[in-house]
Amino acid sequence: MTPILLQPRDIAVAALLIVLDGALSVALRFGIHRQLFIAAARMVVQLVLIGFVLRAVFALASPWATAGVILLMMAVAAREVAARPERQLQRFGNHVVGAIAVSFATGLACILALTTALRPSPWYDPRYAIPLAGIVLGSVLNSASLALDSLLGGVVRERGAIEARLALGATIGQATAPLVRSSIRRGLLPIINQMSAAGLVTLPGIMTGQVLAGLDPLEAAKYQILLMFLLSGGSGLAAVAVVFLAIRRLTDDRQRLRLDRLRDT
Amino acid sequence: MRLRLAGLRSVLAGPFDIEVPAGGCVAITGPSGSGKSLLLRMVADLDPHEGEALLDGIACSAMPAPEWRGRVAYVAAETGWWADDVAAHFTDLAAARALADEMGLKAELLDGPLLRLSTGERQRVALMRTLLNHPSVLLLDEPTGALDETATARVEAVLARTMAAGTAILLVTHNPAQAARMAARRYVMDAGKLQRA
Repeated sequence: MTPILLQPRDIAVAALLIVLDGALSVALRFGIHRQLFIAAARMVVQLVLIGFVLRAVFALASPWATAGVILLMMAVAAREVAARPERQLQRFGNHVVGAIAVSFATGLACILALTTALRPSPWYDPRYAIPLAGIVLGSVLNSASLALDSLLGGVVRERGAIEARLALGATIGQATAPLVRSSIRRGLLPIINQMSAAGLVTLPGIMTGQVLAGLDPLEAAKYQILLMFLLSGGSGLAAVAVVFLAIRRLTDDRQRLRLDRLRDT
Repeated sequence: MRLRLAGLRSVLAGPFDIEVPAGGCVAITGPSGSGKSLLLRMVADLDPHEGEALLDGIACSAMPAPEWRGRVAYVAAETGWWADDVAAHFTDLAAARALADEMGLKAELLDGPLLRLSTGERQRVALMRTLLNHPSVLLLDEPTGALDETATARVEAVLARTMAAGTAILLVTHNPAQAARMAARRYVMDAGKLQRA
């Protein structure tokens, strides 16, 4: 089966739906048509641009260009993880923590998939490596930012409880354990939701895309399952990493809680 | 000397050189924000500091921090809780019930949710939690700040008995009468410096 190739006219027809939304916003004074059109235009420009970039990188087939694109994607994701929480660690701590967690979790998940399940040749073939890194990063970003936000907010709220335990002779690990657990849990919820709902509530994006592109539904499902494992596994690792790295920075060798290492908000 | 502070200081307060003998009490009064709580937190090693605190001659820095804090126990003015049930904060509930009675608390409070406790009740339960740990030194920050006279007298009686068993107390209080009742030696804190009163 060959995929049905889209013509600009086909896309323009779909865009009419957005125009309809905009018209409704004007007519009923929702006041969001401007934002809607800007977002739609951004989306088109970004995706077309990335299409050209990927075409160029695929044609280059250079491991350096591939690595460069993936590193750039990781840097953007790490920045998002760092910026999301209301509270910030001193000295770009959020950025450092985000970068380490994101690159470690994504790198592990992608290399595992490329060297075992997918095995393109060479294993760093950009056609596989870049989209794979992208989808894993999207999920990792979500989990890591939720876990970090939950930890940094919670540590300020729970300060009294944590220090009360410390003052009773608890280790810093015992005193922060409930907060660490709830923050990691918070980071894992979206992927648990996503896996539980997959196929019932929503047909996941990858599978939809592959079915539309002509692949057999069962083959598409297998791909989706592989990807779900990769991005859920990666997200779990990222949530754990981000929480442990951040709590390390908020404690010291005398097992104190060091909220002075949070930036003033 | 049970507790000795040798040049204990931070950028905000100190240096402090105080001695508290076993079974003795030293009281510190002074205006809010003068550094009283900072001093107690440094002694408990909850805040970074220079200088040294010594328990029976052993330096804080020579001891694992949790062990130090278990023996030199800080009770904050604002109580902290890590579970919804009061009982979850105690390991020995039978001992807690006996002590609750001495503190003038109804024993059934220990079986209920934390939310049912008033500020004054929380303050006493938090103190009980620490007392049942049998520390060598108590660092008390306004231990009766939220209590009426009757409850204050009960708490002071329990503290006096604890001192008789050898525990040293470093007491921060706004109440000069309490300082006079409990402490043989009194200091006034002003702008991070201690003066003999």
